[in-house]
Amino acid sequence: MPRRPEGPPPPPVVARVRVRFAKRGRLRFLSHRDVARTFERALRRAGVPMAYSAGFSPHPRISWLGAAPTGAASEAEYVELALAEHRQPRALGEALDAALPAGLDVVACAQAAATPLAELVDASHWWIRLPGVAPTALAAAVDVLLARDLVEVERVTKDGHRRFDVRQAVVLMVCRAENDTCAILDTVVRHTTPAVRPDDMLTALCVVAGLRPPVPPEPLRLGQGRLLADGTVADPLMPDRDDAGRLVGRIDA
Amino acid sequence: MSGQSLFPRLEPLLPRVRKPVRYLGGEGNSQVKPWADALVRWCLMYPDAYEVGLPNQGVQILYEILNEQPDVLAERTYSVWSDLEELLREHGIPQFTVDAHRAVGDFDLLGVSFSTELGYTNLLTALDLAGIPLHAADRDERHPVVIAGGHAAFNPEPVAAFVDAVVLGDGEQAVLEITDVVRAFKTAGRPGGRAQLLLRLARRGLVYVPSCYDVDYRPDGRIRAVTPNRPGVPARPAKHTVSNLDAWPYPKAPLVPLAETVHERMSVEIFRGCTRGCRFCQAGMITRPVRERSIDTVGEMVARGLAASGFTEVGLLSLSSADHSEIGEMAKGLADRYEGTHTSLSLPSTRVDAFNVTLANEFSRNGRRSGLTFAPEGGSERLRRVINKMVSEEDLVRTVSTAYAQGWRQVKLYFMCGLPTETDEDVLAIAGLAREVIRAGRRASGHRDIRCTVSIGGFVPKAHTPFQWAAQASHEVTDARLRLLRDAIRGDREVGRAIGFRYHDGRPGVIEGLLARGDRRVGAVIERVWRDGGRFDGWSEHFSFERWEKACAAELEPLGVSLDWFTTRERDEREVLPWDHLDSGLDRDWLWSDWQEALRGAELDDCRWTPCYDCGVCPAMGTQTQIGPTGRTLLPLVSTGPGRTGGPGAPDGPGAPDGPGAPDGLGNPGGPGASDSAGRTADAAAS
Repeated sequence: MPRRPEGPPPPPVVARVRVRFAKRGRLRFLSHRDVARTFERALRRAGVPMAYSAGFSPHPRISWLGAAPTGAASEAEYVELALAEHRQPRALGEALDAALPAGLDVVACAQAAATPLAELVDASHWWIRLPGVAPTALAAAVDVLLARDLVEVERVTKDGHRRFDVRQAVVLMVCRAENDTCAILDTVVRHTTPAVRPDDMLTALCVVAGLRPPVPPEPLRLGQGRLLADGTVADPLMPDRDDAGRLVGRIDA
Repeated sequence: MSGQSLFPRLEPLLPRVRKPVRYLGGEGNSQVKPWADALVRWCLMYPDAYEVGLPNQGVQILYEILNEQPDVLAERTYSVWSDLEELLREHGIPQFTVDAHRAVGDFDLLGVSFSTELGYTNLLTALDLAGIPLHAADRDERHPVVIAGGHAAFNPEPVAAFVDAVVLGDGEQAVLEITDVVRAFKTAGRPGGRAQLLLRLARRGLVYVPSCYDVDYRPDGRIRAVTPNRPGVPARPAKHTVSNLDAWPYPKAPLVPLAETVHERMSVEIFRGCTRGCRFCQAGMITRPVRERSIDTVGEMVARGLAASGFTEVGLLSLSSADHSEIGEMAKGLADRYEGTHTSLSLPSTRVDAFNVTLANEFSRNGRRSGLTFAPEGGSERLRRVINKMVSEEDLVRTVSTAYAQGWRQVKLYFMCGLPTETDEDVLAIAGLAREVIRAGRRASGHRDIRCTVSIGGFVPKAHTPFQWAAQASHEVTDARLRLLRDAIRGDREVGRAIGFRYHDGRPGVIEGLLARGDRRVGAVIERVWRDGGRFDGWSEHFSFERWEKACAAELEPLGVSLDWFTTRERDEREVLPWDHLDSGLDRDWLWSDWQEALRGAELDDCRWTPCYDCGVCPAMGTQTQIGPTGRTLLPLVSTGPGRTGGPGAPDGPGAPDGPGAPDGLGNPGGPGASDSAGRTADAAAS
């Protein structure tokens, strides 16, 4: 007869909060697993009343949204926390921010809306600094890429080598200039499978136009959320609106 | 300018290396102090990859103790992986600390902790990257003083040329005393320079300075004598022993890494030392006597550490944790305190004893009962008498039956291969034991889904143990016996599929043996291996036996000695061993007689429960066994207010126990040194 956990089942989830956080500075080198581990420990130090899963090895109920890759900074990472007790989102966010190391910073914290977080996010806005790349060179490469219908790149994933298209995911791609020797790739991409990451876009620019940055690029995710008609993305922590701008969905008490 | 951050130069390289998080620092509870405010600056190194080195307790303890001093600064450095080593060389960036990314060469002292001899080549990489000459003799006033410590440093002779000094034993007080000497030296304007500083440290008995001793050899290659070459240095530098562990409750705030490490938990050392007397165990021999932390201090360290770290698991560390005189009360008290807080407790080292199953049950009240680990070490009863691991087959079967009956599904058994006097039959007896374990498990649990893993390591004779004279088994012998055992287990139709078999090839153990019992002549081998590209010898993907063999042939054979001479050769009683001039407190005559007892298969009881057997440590070091019970219990922790619910417990609440260093904590009725606990604590308080 297998053992079962003794005692009462874990307390139910009474509230969910969504946290927008930034991954800045040297902490951009954290992998998703590093971020998750650091978050879990900070939640304990901050005394956040997390709800736990049932079973022999209960885990705090944390739902992550697709994470910025190791090495990429971000101003817009999202996570949803299931709570066993009610807490004011603002106070929770402040306590969590104080417990997190500098560089993992809470930007906003809100009660979860009814629409699942994953449904509120289908695109990312990237700002990729390219030191050593002349804006004119980048602009030319972007033009070539945008003129194509399909640009395949290859990446080694855990399932082996995988070839996929980058072009169709690109909604918007603009070359900006920090100065004559530092270009910036300002781009909005749809979340596809596999996700098109900054290094995939750079590989694509290399494939179509031979663009090769002399030093490692510095990608920064400025935002992610639902893709709007004007090519921008909506912050998923803002209340849901329909196409006519009316509030939809229910904000949990 | 010294003390500047190298991070701006390092940062562009990080996207190009594996796991850049290894080099970021920024761990919870790490510290960065202003360079200019510190008079004495220590860099502490664990010479392995970050994920292995970060959890090391020794480094964490010293880091915190040193940083508590207002005019002292301590930072940490670890071995950089080979990809970054290459980039650092290409870009001319030196070995750096992870705290403030300062150049290691800028510090006053570089303290290196050696848990294993296989880190020696990594020391050379770090020295070279730091711009510190590999040989102590080539260093001058610009270079840090390089000090080795840790268990492997009890025979530092193979690295004698590379280190300036060696600390033997417990580091807590020793680092502060060394700091005092360095502070005075710097304040006085460095009179006499580096040589004078080292001499001062040596004369105070704080460290062993290899350059103050000459080694003479006989024509046959054996050592004739090791003699001091300066007046006033001790003939036999002695180890340091911290009395009253309650006065040193470190780490108080454990480092919380951002990266994944090999131990994803917080550790609390519940006692130091072990007198079980396992004859192969260097740790048990060199850390005597047993000194317990009291239940109150352990309770407080767990509470403070959890609150400061957010860890979800606490390991109660020691060489044999179930031997703590209050372990039952401690287990129950902690399990009660943290019930419902999603905090798990573990006891990393357990003996074959049904009581340990009870403890493990307590620690897994609401957790999964996956695996229990026991270490009979030897397959046959005869061999277990030789090594003084007093476990009978009946004990083992009874213990595992209890475990399986109470819901544990898997038992892991640790053994060694290549022990003195071992025969093929002794090793094959492991298969018989495993068979009995599976049968007992099936009977006790009533089903067939029972697993047992047999894990085997090669035995390496170590300095300061009764086996220091023994011939190490060659890797051919070890590998042949392990093949026999594997075939015996796999060929067992009844239980073979239920037994997992894990072992490593015997060759790294031979090199570990060379480094563990080598003398100063082995230093040239280490250097040659390193120059030939040897790095991370503890990692199978880096280790090259051929490289070591080649270097031994080149460096040792012209001197009339060899790899075999250092490893598979048995020593006689009169031979001067390379570490005989280092005082671990153990009486050499006792070690020899215990070696003879081993060969006769005679067992020896633990001195905590039977009369003293004169190993020599207590009288030589002026120390005493310090054990409880105190009779105290752990009270429930009281929550300090909102926001704490479900958290790991509040350390500062009104229910928190007395602070560390409770003066009456360690009575020792009936045991050796029963009468003097008051005197001992007074000593510790005065120091």
